[in-house]
Amino acid sequence: MRTLLAAALLALLCALPTRAVAGELTVAAAADLSLALQPIAAKFQRETGNSVRLSFGSSGDFFNQIQNGAPYDVFLSADLGYPEKVIKLGFADSGSLRTYAVGRLVLWVPRGSQLDIDHEGMKALLDPSVHKIAIANPQHAPYGRAAVAALQHFQLYEKVAKRLVLGENVGQAAQFAESGNAQVGIIALAHALAPSVRPLGRYALVPTDSYPPLRQGAVIISRSKNKALAGEFLKYLAGPESEAIFRQFGFEAPKESR
Amino acid sequence: MDWQAFLLTVRLAVLVTGILLLLGLPIAYWITYSRRRWKFLIEAVVAMPLVLPPTVLGFYILLALGSKSPVGVWWESLTGHTLAFTFEALVIGSVIYSLPFTVQPLAAAFSTVDQKFVAASATLGASRLRTFLRIILPLSISGLMTAVALTFAHTMGEFGVVLMVGGNIPGVTRTVSIDIYDQVQATNYTSANQTALVLLAISFVALSLVYALNRRVWALWPWR
Repeated sequence: MRTLLAAALLALLCALPTRAVAGELTVAAAADLSLALQPIAAKFQRETGNSVRLSFGSSGDFFNQIQNGAPYDVFLSADLGYPEKVIKLGFADSGSLRTYAVGRLVLWVPRGSQLDIDHEGMKALLDPSVHKIAIANPQHAPYGRAAVAALQHFQLYEKVAKRLVLGENVGQAAQFAESGNAQVGIIALAHALAPSVRPLGRYALVPTDSYPPLRQGAVIISRSKNKALAGEFLKYLAGPESEAIFRQFGFEAPKESR
Repeated sequence: MDWQAFLLTVRLAVLVTGILLLLGLPIAYWITYSRRRWKFLIEAVVAMPLVLPPTVLGFYILLALGSKSPVGVWWESLTGHTLAFTFEALVIGSVIYSLPFTVQPLAAAFSTVDQKFVAASATLGASRLRTFLRIILPLSISGLMTAVALTFAHTMGEFGVVLMVGGNIPGVTRTVSIDIYDQVQATNYTSANQTALVLLAISFVALSLVYALNRRVWALWPWR
């Protein structure tokens, strides 16, 4: 009986289709895109009939994976630095680099917080009730670097350095603030606008002139066997429909921030 | 090589191993000798950190220690700061995470002790504690060594829980494994490599010790 069952299972496994017939694109995407990219990819799938597989993670992790032969077609980083490095090392097509979106930085406080972030802005961080400020790790996370730049711009960095806690990426920094373990988070607008986060607190935009623009770059991976489709997808990302979705989820179109 | 992170991790591992020995000895004793019918429930709870992803533990610990939980509020009223992102939080997280690595080798060793010795000790009028200290523990010394080595090595290399509750503060919660992750993320491969090699060496030494002890090559030690 058991052998029969095993044989049936094996037959079933062999009968499963191993590969889709239409074009299939595998996209490595920065974690801050996790909400915006899904509707865009779904639309692209509907309109072109090609399927898109999305992997979300930290840009640094993807950078390491791509160097070691990860089978992605497109890399959507959270900055321009990693895509530039991938090109320099010969793992991505040099002509394919383009800015597809620009991120925004916000101050975020949980619901019930007494901090007046709307009027005081970054100065609110000096309030004695702020024991911990969550940011992404500036050593490798683009939003972390932007947060440090903004703190330095307002000459607050030295004063609050001891109170900073570092998330591995901006998503974890947001989680530290949402769970109430940090009193303030300097996080991505994309996270503050997420439906699951929105009711939990409020945010104030950090002035754009206080940190270098968070331009997010896309490249096509050299090993990709779907380069035509990858190019089509990048073009679609720059189209008006994608732009509207990006805006809705807390990103700006590339041209605005120039 | 980030020595600050290294020393911090050693401090954490030593502390956690000490606390877990104090907690693990009575728990392992109870698991070995208890005849309660619901004993299996306790055994399951003790073994849970073995099978749960560290992210689950880290997530719940973060919620449990946070300023919205009773524990977090109580701690804050006591010390004036939240428990998350402190060294104490790492200790609590690691104690939970490494618990089975202490209890299971101890319980396994206790259960191999010949009950005749225990019975003989009792008939000679020794208290339970005295029997434990003079009979059971000396006969379980290799299990004890295994527990210490495994707990220490496991805490040294812990990543997920620390990542979730630590907040990566240099000198407070940045451990070696977090430092390696950061170095790799920042593409400082040489530095990551150096630190990783040190951890590799420590794990190898600890595990060699465990297997050597279990092979009883130390049979000539004076207290055996």
